[in-house]
Amino acid sequence: MTILFLITAVVILASAVMVVSSRNLVHAALWLVSALFGVAVLYAMLNAGFMAVVQVVIYIGAIAILFIFAVMLTRREMRDTGPGLNPNWWVSAVVSLLTFGGLAYLLSNWSGFSQTSADLPSGFDAVGALGDALISPDAYVLPFEVASILLVAALVGAVYIAFNPQNGDNHE
Amino acid sequence: MIPLSWYLILSAALFSIGLFGVLARRNAVAILLGVELMLNAVNINLVAFWRYLDPVQMTGQVFTIIVFAVAAAEVAVGLALVISVYRNRKTVVADELDMMKW
Repeated sequence: MTILFLITAVVILASAVMVVSSRNLVHAALWLVSALFGVAVLYAMLNAGFMAVVQVVIYIGAIAILFIFAVMLTRREMRDTGPGLNPNWWVSAVVSLLTFGGLAYLLSNWSGFSQTSADLPSGFDAVGALGDALISPDAYVLPFEVASILLVAALVGAVYIAFNPQNGDNHE
Repeated sequence: MIPLSWYLILSAALFSIGLFGVLARRNAVAILLGVELMLNAVNINLVAFWRYLDPVQMTGQVFTIIVFAVAAAEVAVGLALVISVYRNRKTVVADELDMMKW
């Protein structure tokens, strides 16, 4: 279990570094797929099988493919011209290292930091409980519906923004 | 059994790498890739807290689902904006999109 966690962590972090440092954006998107797959493995290790499946279907199946489409639509030739990073990228590096240090410091002062996992009750149906929680009025039905309305509104807005009036004659 | 701290440190490291990508990359699509890494770090935290603190309460997983929906919405709108900007300006480099700069 520990070995599996360490391998997954190394894969996730190495892929994430490649995502932010790769010059070729198609390669960066493919490294993002690898990082997302590692996160799905972590969900499976945390007994959240449904989350692992949703991660693969939504993140890898939809979002990463959308990124690859966007890279191909916004590029004449596939390679970046000029540097991939800002001229003052080292300021960003300092800020992100400070963020990591601050988070690690805060977490190490927290009493539950090295806590081991709570026991799952035997025969506990996590997926069923999640479904109940999502539609039960005294749990999370309202945030769930708000999220679905947000998604519909965002997708309608995305279609409107990306619509090209020059190519669509029947617009208006 | 793996202590909770390992997941938290991994997620903090992933968040910092994503933050570096958002701040340092020049290409707008690459900035959105960094945002995705940060959202995944948040999701790891939520699921780890659900599993380690109180697995009978489904709060962590419910909020992970909501983060999935928000991430999908963010990517759709963000990439639509990038495509629209590319159509008008023929570039997606964030440094060159300075029409609103004094």
